[in-house]
Amino acid sequence: MGRPKIARKSTWVDMTAFCDVAFLLLSFFILTTKFKPAEAIPVITPNSVSSKAAETEDQCLVTISKEGKVFVSFSEENRRMEVLEDLNSRLNLQLTPADIKKAAKIDFFGAPLNQMKSFLNMDPEQRKGERLPGVPCVDSTNNEVTQWITSTTTVFLGSKLNLMVKGDNDVPYTVFKNVIDAFKKNDQMKFQVITNQESIPINSPLAERQRAGEKLSAD
Amino acid sequence: MADLGEGGGGGGHKKGPGVKKGKKLSTRVDLTPMVDLGFLLITFFIFTTTMSTPTAMKLLLPKDTEKPEEQNKAKESGALTIMLSKDRNVFYYEGVLKPDGSNFKSSNFKELRDVILNKKKTTDAKDLVIVIKPTKGCKFRDVVDALDEMTINDVRRYAMVDISDSEQQLIDETEGNSPASTPAPPAQ
Repeated sequence: MGRPKIARKSTWVDMTAFCDVAFLLLSFFILTTKFKPAEAIPVITPNSVSSKAAETEDQCLVTISKEGKVFVSFSEENRRMEVLEDLNSRLNLQLTPADIKKAAKIDFFGAPLNQMKSFLNMDPEQRKGERLPGVPCVDSTNNEVTQWITSTTTVFLGSKLNLMVKGDNDVPYTVFKNVIDAFKKNDQMKFQVITNQESIPINSPLAERQRAGEKLSAD
Repeated sequence: MADLGEGGGGGGHKKGPGVKKGKKLSTRVDLTPMVDLGFLLITFFIFTTTMSTPTAMKLLLPKDTEKPEEQNKAKESGALTIMLSKDRNVFYYEGVLKPDGSNFKSSNFKELRDVILNKKKTTDAKDLVIVIKPTKGCKFRDVVDALDEMTINDVRRYAMVDISDSEQQLIDETEGNSPASTPAPPAQ
């Protein structure tokens, strides 16, 4: 007899599941991607071999712009208000509770303390890094960063504080030194410098240690 | 397309005579192009997203002590002092600066690694201390680079100290005069 009849099976494959997966992945990637926030203060950070990602929570960030202006920012909204409140009560800045409430929505502080009131009531469009005077940090006699760190220390007392410095490549060392001095005055001996990662140079002792399988300490 | 050939749904059973055959439209939609589109978008987003997570370099400052006896003493033989000047110039000397400045040498960031490695080779590991002295003219980047160099070269003990007047003077003199007249760094 003839050949046995092979049942003709449809080759139709249901693509629905595949399609679901594709779009699930797509939406996952889109939702987990964080957009780089538009920076009011453009800063190009130096490179370092450190591979530890900078923490984004509980941070007090001191940003130094190219011109040497200093800005202070906090990652949490309530911390901003608390620090400002502490500064207000300690140094008598004549800020009203309404002024302090405004601080919650402000990403960074960049004005001398005696101009804080007008800074808080400024039009948000005007509040761009290059137009602001920055926190005075000229020398040891007029270093308002010290006041900011003092209040920050008080507010963060007993909880974790990630003190960070983010400086532009071309910031003069004197400004950086003044910032460190402000930290030192408040016994904040531990801080982090925000950098861009670069690869470890080959044939350096660090690279050899890494090759030896030694786990690099996070320093 | 998700199927290969095979025409339509394949007839179905016969209706009686006179009954018009209602054409059965398949409700199946071919989703292949949509899957293609989905993955195209995924690849697009993955490739356009840059992983730009800033890293943090940890620093620990020593506490300033007024009393000199509490300060850490560095052994003279194991000390290497690096001074950072403007335009990414680096000056260094080993041990204690001689009054006539004869061990004061000029260098740059490219040679700095060899200088440190040389020093590391010639001194006992537990005596090695590197002192970084940034001057007024240097930039933030230079300081970070110098500190990074400590990590790269696996130097365990280093400190950042303010520059003294005599050293600043020496640098000014060296930079003010023709840079070519400075003593050349030793053979690497």
